[in-house]
Amino acid sequence: MAMLHLVNKSPYDACSLNTAATIMKKGDQLLLIEDGVYGAIKNGKAAGVLKGLNISVLGPDLAARGISKDKLLDGVSIIDYAGFVDLVEANDNVQSWL
Amino acid sequence: MKLTIQVNEGPYQHQSSDTAYHFARAALEKGHEIFRIFFYHDGVNNGTRLTTPPQDDRNIVTRWSELAQAHNIDMVLCVAAAQRRGLVDEGEAQRNGKDATNIAAGFRISGLGQLIEGGVQSDRLIVFGD
Repeated sequence: MAMLHLVNKSPYDACSLNTAATIMKKGDQLLLIEDGVYGAIKNGKAAGVLKGLNISVLGPDLAARGISKDKLLDGVSIIDYAGFVDLVEANDNVQSWL
Repeated sequence: MKLTIQVNEGPYQHQSSDTAYHFARAALEKGHEIFRIFFYHDGVNNGTRLTTPPQDDRNIVTRWSELAQAHNIDMVLCVAAAQRRGLVDEGEAQRNGKDATNIAAGFRISGLGQLIEGGVQSDRLIVFGD
């Protein structure tokens, strides 16, 4: 049972990203949206806890915040809304860490 | 895939109402079905027809109404959340003695059972909010 974990808060604002990353199981996927995209920044606050996880970020939300690809952690995938839908379909459940 | 979407945040608040809308459109474009969109907590404010955003800004309420009409989507405002925040349709106006209604086209007011049914009937339930 793979789960998609959605995080929409910055790790500088809330602890939801940290909680999600701690609870995620092998095979689960993490999608960072809205202010959650700040979590994917290289050398950022969440970099340590995200190590080894399967991470995607929503491209339009990155662009809206002026974050370029070279600022992101290695291995992070940038997806669009269509990719978001595909991730929802590919996983059995979706957990929003609000 | 059949989807139910829950929206917990009002329009023009942070970003979740917009995210939910763009997600819904992308899902429909890919041929998925949206069984229901359930507006809960401050999310019920997405359903007032009395908003007048600036002309050069997106009209979030109208956008939802048009999406529902184009794709025949059931959009439900939680009744308890709607009563607290003054979202009123004809039935609620009569029941609670209000002198006006403000519900926008394509929305209806109903209970939390509609959210549970959405979750049961759909392949995925996705929650957007604060």
